Amino acid sequence: MTPSSDFATLYQELILDHAGAGEGRGETTGFQPQSHQVNPTCGDEITLGVRLIGDRIDEVRWHGHGCAISQASASLLTGLVAGSSIAEARELLARFREVMRSRGTLELDEATFGDAVALNGVSRYVARVKCAMLAWVALEDALDHAPDA
Amino acid sequence: MPSEIETVALSEADVAAIRADFPILAERVNGHRLVYLDSAATAQKPEAVLDAEREFLIRRHAAVHRGAHTLAAEATEEFEDARAAVADFIGARADETVWTTNATAAINLIAYSLSNASSSAEFGRLALGPGDEIVTTEREHHANLIPWQQLAQRTGATLRHLPVDDDGALLLDELDGVVGERTRVLAFAHVSNVTGTLAPVSELVARARAVGALVVLDACQAVPQLPFDVRALDVDFAVFSGHKLYGPGGIGVLYGRRELLEAMPPFLTGGSMITTVTMERAEFLPPPQRFEAGTQPVSQVVGLAAAVRYLRGIGMDRVAGHGRGLGERMASGLAEIPGVRVIGNGERVGLVAFDLRGVHAHDVGQFLDDRGIAVRVGHHCAQPLHRRLGLTASVRASAAVHTTDCEVDAFLAAVADAAEFFERMR
Repeated sequence: MTPSSDFATLYQELILDHAGAGEGRGETTGFQPQSHQVNPTCGDEITLGVRLIGDRIDEVRWHGHGCAISQASASLLTGLVAGSSIAEARELLARFREVMRSRGTLELDEATFGDAVALNGVSRYVARVKCAMLAWVALEDALDHAPDA
Repeated sequence: MPSEIETVALSEADVAAIRADFPILAERVNGHRLVYLDSAATAQKPEAVLDAEREFLIRRHAAVHRGAHTLAAEATEEFEDARAAVADFIGARADETVWTTNATAAINLIAYSLSNASSSAEFGRLALGPGDEIVTTEREHHANLIPWQQLAQRTGATLRHLPVDDDGALLLDELDGVVGERTRVLAFAHVSNVTGTLAPVSELVARARAVGALVVLDACQAVPQLPFDVRALDVDFAVFSGHKLYGPGGIGVLYGRRELLEAMPPFLTGGSMITTVTMERAEFLPPPQRFEAGTQPVSQVVGLAAAVRYLRGIGMDRVAGHGRGLGERMASGLAEIPGVRVIGNGERVGLVAFDLRGVHAHDVGQFLDDRGIAVRVGHHCAQPLHRRLGLTASVRASAAVHTTDCEVDAFLAAVADAAEFFERMR
């Protein structure tokens, strides 16, 4: 039995590969600011730390456990925000949230989001938006606790 | 004892006839016929329940235990007839059967009544305080844990728990050490909502009796799946939700031994639970009304009575036999899929939870949903048990009286395919 096209989009290879490889997955010791977020409906959690150089994000590290969507999202976030300023990261975050909550009516654009457009399929699955958002909410919370925030 | 229940299963023709009673089973989900394996979260409703509720609302709806008009009198009679029917279904008396919103509300009612007793001269017999112990188990639903945590905090009593082994089975060897002379309450689930396996009720009750502790039985997963008799089980309290018993939402049951209910102060207070009220104080009605403040959900009560009549029409021994067969089929089928760990061993109802190694429960659930198969994913409101088993989440499939072998096989095939699909992540 072949999965539906929505399902195939949701769980495309890029998502499964990122979920498996997990760019940025590792110890967050020494990474400040940090945030720990939990999805209370499933108990999934993430600890995400940011290393800042001035107002620029040098590197993101995270660890935790969760579904393929949440793990892939954390992995894609890591590559995407590295090197961007806090303000740029906040803009990405706002757009990402808007698209995820759009119930399939908006899409991430490839020029800005690169491989993370693979997460476009999530917005059709209302119950999974929180999974995709987990790492992003952790990033938002961490940046809110940045020294100059 | 459950193992003495006659295994009289339903025939294929029986199940086909039952399926015709559940309109939702004709629905299609994601292009597939719905395979509903989430009855432990909430059961679907047969026509008999929907009709009873609708018929009541169309013809006889009125507030009960107040007013003197004809509809009010008829509604009150139907409300109390329903209480008698539900009481009889669980081997209780009507005046021992209290309506609550659901099982969570019922457990909170007990817990808050006990803490009210702890600050009351009139109801002091049931008071709890420092030095007293409340015991629950490591495999409870949060609804049978957090109210006791809170009760312990309010009264200064100590909360203890009976641990489980690596399979989630209660460690009976520890029972005498955990439940002792200080134990005032022993609260546990008859059937675990995660493992689907039965607790050794008679051993636990015997120990509670030996030390004079009250027994609170969470019967949410037992009442829909097994013949259930509060007298045979010899428990002091039993709670369950109507919506898991093919009844409406918003109605649940607290069974309490009569003399205990009489000794308990109210939790919620207000209209309908009093005799005489002055500006300074109030006299309370006897149970069950003492615990039923406010306007009651009458149509839901009527619907729940229709649900128990429906199940009686099938026969709970046959419902149990059917559930057990499905539970075994699911558990043994899952065990054959590489990477699957079935949670829990031993006698089970039609409920099984499992972990697919390296794949998150949400992902498995999404794969199944894509084929119209509805299962529960997550911690099932039992975080301590999952933590003890080394898991964050699991997938739970729970069968109902309308579930077929064919549906179980479709579920098993889907899990096997999910294992293959997510292989690259593992």
